[in-house]
Amino acid sequence: MKEEVVIGLEIHIQLMTKAKIFCQCSTDYIGKEPNTNTCPVCLGLPGSLPVLNKKVLEFAIRTSVALNCKINQVSRFHRKNYFYPDLPKAYQISQYDKPLGINGYMEISLPESKEKCKIRITRVHIEEDAGKLVHEGDIASSSYSLADYNRCGIPLAEIVTEPDFRSPEVARIFLVKLRSIVQHLGVCDGNMEEGSMRCDANISLRDAKTGALGIKVEIKNMNSFKAVKKALQFEVNRQKKLLTEGEKIVQETRHWDESKNVTVSMRSKEEAHDYRYFPEPDLLPLKVDLKMIDEIKRNLPELPEARRKRFFKDYQIPEYDAEILTSSKALGDYYEKAASSYSNRKVLSNWIMGELIRYLNEKKIEIYESPISPEKLVGMLKLIDEGVISGKMAKNVFEKMFKTGKDASQIVKESGITQITDENELFELIDKVIKENPKSVDDFNEGKEKALNFLVGQVMRYTKGRAKPDFVFEAIKQRIKK
Amino acid sequence: MTLNQLTAHEVVNLIKKRKITACEVMQDIFNQIDKVDDLIKAFLIINREEALRQAKEIDAKVKNGEELPPLAGVAVAIKDIIVTRGTETTCGSKILRGFIPPYNATVINRLKEAGAIIIGKTNMDEFAMGSSTENSAFGPTHNPWDLERVPGGSSGGSTAAVAADEAFISLGTDTGGSIRQPASLCGMVGLKPTYGRVSRYGLVAYASSLDQIGPITKDVTDCALVMNVISGHDNMDSTSVNLEVPDYLKSCKAGIKDLKIGVPKEYFIEGIDLEVKSALDRALKIFEKLGAKIEELSLPHTEYSLPTYYLIATAEASSNLARYDGVQYGYRAEEYKDLSSMYQKTRSEGFGSEVKRRIMLGTYALSSGYYDAYYLKAQKVRTLIKEDFDKVFSKYDILVTPTSPTPAFKLKEKVSDPLTMYLSDIYTIPINLAGIPAISINCGYSKNNLPIGLQIIGKHFSEETILRAAFNFEQNNDIERKKPSIKPAKHKEATE
Repeated sequence: MKEEVVIGLEIHIQLMTKAKIFCQCSTDYIGKEPNTNTCPVCLGLPGSLPVLNKKVLEFAIRTSVALNCKINQVSRFHRKNYFYPDLPKAYQISQYDKPLGINGYMEISLPESKEKCKIRITRVHIEEDAGKLVHEGDIASSSYSLADYNRCGIPLAEIVTEPDFRSPEVARIFLVKLRSIVQHLGVCDGNMEEGSMRCDANISLRDAKTGALGIKVEIKNMNSFKAVKKALQFEVNRQKKLLTEGEKIVQETRHWDESKNVTVSMRSKEEAHDYRYFPEPDLLPLKVDLKMIDEIKRNLPELPEARRKRFFKDYQIPEYDAEILTSSKALGDYYEKAASSYSNRKVLSNWIMGELIRYLNEKKIEIYESPISPEKLVGMLKLIDEGVISGKMAKNVFEKMFKTGKDASQIVKESGITQITDENELFELIDKVIKENPKSVDDFNEGKEKALNFLVGQVMRYTKGRAKPDFVFEAIKQRIKK
Repeated sequence: MTLNQLTAHEVVNLIKKRKITACEVMQDIFNQIDKVDDLIKAFLIINREEALRQAKEIDAKVKNGEELPPLAGVAVAIKDIIVTRGTETTCGSKILRGFIPPYNATVINRLKEAGAIIIGKTNMDEFAMGSSTENSAFGPTHNPWDLERVPGGSSGGSTAAVAADEAFISLGTDTGGSIRQPASLCGMVGLKPTYGRVSRYGLVAYASSLDQIGPITKDVTDCALVMNVISGHDNMDSTSVNLEVPDYLKSCKAGIKDLKIGVPKEYFIEGIDLEVKSALDRALKIFEKLGAKIEELSLPHTEYSLPTYYLIATAEASSNLARYDGVQYGYRAEEYKDLSSMYQKTRSEGFGSEVKRRIMLGTYALSSGYYDAYYLKAQKVRTLIKEDFDKVFSKYDILVTPTSPTPAFKLKEKVSDPLTMYLSDIYTIPINLAGIPAISINCGYSKNNLPIGLQIIGKHFSEETILRAAFNFEQNNDIERKKPSIKPAKHKEATE
């Protein structure tokens, strides 16, 4: 049997409103002393009641609209009941049969095809986040757990897709674009490592010929784009292997174990919770008037798709560059900031997509934390254009800038790595190289163009790369040409 | 006569006129508590020192000639399901023993701003589940009219405290009759406001879509006085309605000529005590004499009220009470081997049997595969019951019914038979399902000298009308108002 991969995603994004979803507590909880960012409402103390933060609704509508969803003008909250110590009310206020947004889609471009791929969005709904448990060592061996409720009541939007992904890579591409969209919307910072964007997946294999559906497995705990791809690929292989061996796939929830690169069974279908959903009696039905939706639509910020087109058109850079540069809000902002004071946009994108991203990834830091600001990058590029340093030297300067955060000009001054602008100094060296390499001179005159490059290289070696290669090239050519 | 026997409005007036001091009032209140509460057992906690301190403050204000707030110097008892900052709030349950809330319910703040003095927290059926106050983890409360009888419930402590002159007014909560039924059984006035009229913030939820806080008082004037203080919109409760609050004190004093009164025939069938029925008949004649027009009418879905209530209330309760898991506060079992055994043992040991019964019922009603047949069906019937009332209120101003089918019953009489116990709320439950207001006032006494109550039901936010009807009836009732004479039971109670 030939199988086809069927993947659907469920993504939670933390909405960056100032206050929590049902109380006045701050959403700025990371790094705070445990249980200090709380009040009777988010602690679920007896007698407390939720009151919806209107900003959460606005952020969720913004998200829904950007994902082309229809907004339900009347939706409602439900209680999802289950016991766990990180859930102080023993129920999560969520949405169930009437979510805020339904029937949306997102278009993504795939590297191997010109055509856009449409991923359908089933729903977007609002819910509250739970707290966190801290265990002594490992959860299985720990003798106690401590509960920190600081995260309780952080607003979440849950985005559910149809099972429209045919490969783990497409799922990854979708997630990257989704992150960029929510960043551009200003509703979420999209940090998967810190958990402000979290992804679960449903994955099954179906018979490519008959279309008969396979048993689906849910995968949790994938904390990066890479983890999503790796976990899903592992799961595809695991399921394929089971089928080849004539084994059955069990409907279950599996955890991605990042350290071992495997998925591990968490609970089977039989152990699944009965959440006993019912309408939340403490909140009124959620009514959204058309005026509000219209206003949000009208004031929607530029989204990555439009920005990509604009980059392509206004900055005259290749589509590929535009796609990469708009894959995160901060990256696009960085590029635009630099482009506003530097006219060679392609050179700029090369440096950002090449050196800068490489260094950032190596150091695992985000672009907004980059020690080289857009202004500093432009400063360095201008030194190249002015001939103060060569492109090759610039790589060295860039590394120093990244390490120290200093300006390019300062580094050049301190380390003396400027290009030799004194032509006489260069001519002396050129003459010396010509004298030392008569064979190459002859080779050149016999038509071996490459010999000239060798001579240029020798000059660069003597100057430790501080000579302008173009100038040296022309000067040698002039001198040895017969 | 001692000062604690007065009504709240009498006390406020006398303090304002400098005839008495708040401290003298508190003295008499605490004397009475010391004298009778060992017999009544209305209170779980008494705030004597704090109360006396507040009384001194009020007296100082009087001395300084400052203007006094509307409930200045009034001793108030609070049902122990309403949270009070710094004072243990148990809901009559072992599972909340030791829980000291860090915040006040909105009604508590409003009472305090109005100068009321909170003297203590009162006994109740555990989490307001019951009709006799026998389901308290801390022992039953006794009816001041007959110590061998129940005060009704679940606000039995609050009601008995007022009936025994241990407090002038009290707050109760009413989910299926828990203010009105004890008011009826103790001869007091008890009002369940329209759902959304009084903030529920700080009311520990039993059934969120039915719960309301309301006053229990000695007369209708006091009831209006308290309603003036506790009613109105609250930003902390999404279900509290943003509607202007009329001056109930003023509006209740108008006449009731041409008031159209409906009497639902479904409320006068089997199970109703003959004395209750004749007291009602007599009461209706008084209304007629006052110029009201009385007609019989039908609320056809009445018979479904009880099953509907026991599905919706228990479903909500199963969720509301899930937070008592031993993790954050209150009781936690001493020995357990893992998380799930901690939950099981904590909840098995911490909750009483009626609470467990309702949690199980409600969990079942919400379970996958049963939701449609039980919870959803119940919601649909609830709509029909609501529509019954909507229909008749297009024609009638108020409805008059008995509050409880019988006067106070004996302790232990119904404990072992939950269904019979549930029937004692048969006239009050439909009102919560419809979300409308209703008041219970005394309309006479049985041959055994037990109070009998009548219930006046109004449409949404018509507290003015039902208070007016109640006030007119109270002023013109030709039966002499009595006070209970609290006598120790002949045989020693074996309940504790």
